[in-house]
Amino acid sequence: MEWETVIGLEVHVQLSTKSKLFSGSATQFGADPNTQANIYDLAMPGTLPVLNADALRMAVRFGVAIGAEIGRRSVFDRKNYFYPDLPKGYQVSQLDYPIVGKGSLTVTLDDGSEKAIGVTRAHMEEDAGKSLHEDYQGMTSIDLNRAGTPLLEIVSEPDIRSAREAVAYLKKLHSIIRYLDISDAIMAQGSMRCDANVSIRPRGETELSTRTEIKNINSFRFVEKAINYEVQRQQDVIEDGGRIVQETRLYDADKDETRSMRSKEVANDYRYFPEPDLLPIVIDEAYIADIRARLPELPDAKKARFCAEYKLGEYDAGVLVSSRELAEYFEIVASGSGDPKLAANWVTGELQGLLNKHNLEVSDSPIQADRLGTLIARIKDETISGKIAKTIFETMLEDSSGVDAIIESKGLKQVTDSFAIEKIVDEVIASNPNQVQQYKEGKQQVISFLVGQAMKLSQRKANPGQVNVLLKEKLK
Amino acid sequence: MIEKTVAELSVALASGDISSVELTQVYLDRIARFNADLNAFITVCDESAMDQARAADAARANGETGALLGIPMAHKDIFCTQGISTTCGSRILQNFVSPYDATVVEHFKTAGAVTLGKTNMDEFAMGSSNETSFFGPVKNPWDSNRVPGGSSGGSAAAVAAGLCAMATGTDTGGSIRQPAAFCGITGFKPSYGRVSRWGMIAFASSLDQAGPLCQSAEDAALMMNVMAGLDSKDSTSIDKDVEDYTTTLNDSLDGLKIGIPRQHFAQGLSAEVEQTIRDALKEYEKLGATIKEIDLPNNHLSVSAYYVVAPAEASANLSRYDGVRYGYRCENPLDLEDMYKRTRSEGFGDEVKRRIMVGTYALSAGFYDAYYRKAQKIRRLIKNDFNEAFDEVDIIVGPTSPHTAFELGAKSDPVAMYLEDIYTIAVNLAGLPAISIPGGMVDGLPIGMHMVGNDFAEARVLNIAHQFQRQTDWHRNKPAAFTQED
Repeated sequence: MEWETVIGLEVHVQLSTKSKLFSGSATQFGADPNTQANIYDLAMPGTLPVLNADALRMAVRFGVAIGAEIGRRSVFDRKNYFYPDLPKGYQVSQLDYPIVGKGSLTVTLDDGSEKAIGVTRAHMEEDAGKSLHEDYQGMTSIDLNRAGTPLLEIVSEPDIRSAREAVAYLKKLHSIIRYLDISDAIMAQGSMRCDANVSIRPRGETELSTRTEIKNINSFRFVEKAINYEVQRQQDVIEDGGRIVQETRLYDADKDETRSMRSKEVANDYRYFPEPDLLPIVIDEAYIADIRARLPELPDAKKARFCAEYKLGEYDAGVLVSSRELAEYFEIVASGSGDPKLAANWVTGELQGLLNKHNLEVSDSPIQADRLGTLIARIKDETISGKIAKTIFETMLEDSSGVDAIIESKGLKQVTDSFAIEKIVDEVIASNPNQVQQYKEGKQQVISFLVGQAMKLSQRKANPGQVNVLLKEKLK
Repeated sequence: MIEKTVAELSVALASGDISSVELTQVYLDRIARFNADLNAFITVCDESAMDQARAADAARANGETGALLGIPMAHKDIFCTQGISTTCGSRILQNFVSPYDATVVEHFKTAGAVTLGKTNMDEFAMGSSNETSFFGPVKNPWDSNRVPGGSSGGSAAAVAAGLCAMATGTDTGGSIRQPAAFCGITGFKPSYGRVSRWGMIAFASSLDQAGPLCQSAEDAALMMNVMAGLDSKDSTSIDKDVEDYTTTLNDSLDGLKIGIPRQHFAQGLSAEVEQTIRDALKEYEKLGATIKEIDLPNNHLSVSAYYVVAPAEASANLSRYDGVRYGYRCENPLDLEDMYKRTRSEGFGDEVKRRIMVGTYALSAGFYDAYYRKAQKIRRLIKNDFNEAFDEVDIIVGPTSPHTAFELGAKSDPVAMYLEDIYTIAVNLAGLPAISIPGGMVDGLPIGMHMVGNDFAEARVLNIAHQFQRQTDWHRNKPAAFTQED
């Protein structure tokens, strides 16, 4: 039987506010345990929440960016359950009236085609603290630094049909969130977390079948692997005559498998009800208009502009806009170089290669955009050849001085002085009589050998075009 | 001295007739003498009270003034007080010392009032008799076999018995007004949002409101001047200017329209209480008021709706008492679940557990619509009743309670206890301001007159109550056992 995979993703993003969702405690990652928890975070009796206006603004920013409906009257609810790292015994979240309603994201699939994936909703909620079981024998310690950190939970429609699509959706989401500057969205640090709801059904079937929820996936790569594993597992179960149980499964990256965590059939009853300590959030048109007016250019718009303005191909433009930092980097290079296409080649080629090799973000690139722009400008104005440029690029890693200074100090300047080139050409003609003879007899391709000889003689500094022209002239 | 109201003590302090140190000592002595029997205080702060009294006297010597400067008071033990035990009447918080002050407490500190101690209360403010306190019942100063009412019974008894000049309380369904009525004092519940709830331990967040328990409407005005106002730490507090509530106390009542709800003078009301209230109303007619009967057609639903909404909110509000971070923790828990179960089973009393269960049930999957959602609808109906009534009248007057203070142990059936608040509960559901003032006596026990104003009509309610107290002396009545000053 041919199976179709159905995937919906729930993505939690930690909003990068300075303080928590309902308290003034700092939210910095990696602080000493319980140093960022105040009396509200500790759920001291009598304490009350006050909504962080920045968190609200960030959530609305996201909603506006994906063209979603914004909840004009949005309500916080209490989600009740007992756990030691949940100090109040309830999590303040949003159930019936989320801040962001229906919207969608367009992703580019592997074959280059585009697909819109629906976003059902996004809502604000507080993160829980952390329970640490390792450090204390037979005991659990609690770190409440994370408790109350603002999260935006973004829920997709079950529109995703493969692990690759899931990754494409996640990467697009990641890119938009980074563009909006509302979260670090670093999966390895947990500031972006993904749960995947996965089910399979016979192709052509329109009803959804029983799904499992995979938790604890902390990289894009693992999302793909976890889903692929789970899809295969479900196929095996069904084809062996079994049935899928609705349950939560944990992904174990070391073993590359998912395993059952708890069955949803004995699910918690969270007894949601409106949080009486907070009034409903009422949002007016002016608030939304203001946020819309301040939105940055988003990846789709930027890609279209790069294609039109810089005459880049779809693929290159897509790569360049995948992160805001890379796109900004490229634009500096493009303007400095005077040749956007060449700039695009360098950024997607040499630079990306360098960053990947050293596992660096573009913002940490040892070669700054303005320097790379100058380097390309020197190719363009024929001060150096493309080949020499690659040598200089390597040098620039260690040498932070200006591009022109490096060219000068290493004597790598291309020789364009026709008198100097003429001397070299004369020398080549004099020392290669056989090849000269062959050329004169009509063997045109010998010219490249002679050009090569001239380049060698000039230590590759001669302008190869000029050498070519001069040689041909002299051998007429 | 102890027969003086706050307003009068304020004059005595300002004129130098007495110092705050002397006055504070008087009250501390009385607490030492009477509290063992009355059980109005859970914690007495002898030393810090005297420190604060000295500071108040020093401030006055430095030229500072203020109506509450140096006035000895008590806080219901539901308000967090930094460095002082804050129990909420519960075993689960028996060992809890608050790391911070409630906004209300802070305001009184700033005003220079002296904190004598923390008063007894029904556990987590759940009760109408003060019998659910882990620290034992409070006795009614008028008759030690009777309850003082609840949940702010300790504050009401302390004021009535002259163990403090004034006290704070909280009112979720009548918890200021009913004990004020039973103890023969003045108790005022402001509009929801008028006084900050920061630092006031939550019972039912959408209903809880702090207010004064004191000897007169004028004292309530003085206390409200300090308590009321927007607080950035409480998102439900209201951004509305606070008036000086003393300036309108003597506004004329000529032309005042008083509404008498048919439903508050119906079956269940004792004849003596009814007669007392009808007699009291005649005082208003003398002042130029007109009286008309009105309808609050959904009033009979208020107790039922309340006992869904309040326990539902309480069931979540009390989840934090889990033995993990502070408060009571059971001994030698076997595992996490055992710790939760035993900590909460041993730490909470029966009434609290009953309400947690009721609330949990009302919010459960499959029951939410039938209970919680329906109760919220009733709440809107009740609010509409009041809105319509206030189109016709300025104030709604009736009895605070169907009868006078009952005997300790008389109401063992929870539902009978819940019905104690039949006249007061609707006011919390509607978020309105209301006062209970002494309106007369029956068989040596005080009777409370209940007056409900429109949204944020605090000043008007206090004005109307004050005018009654200018004409009558019921609020001057003191329980005989506590009047002699040695």
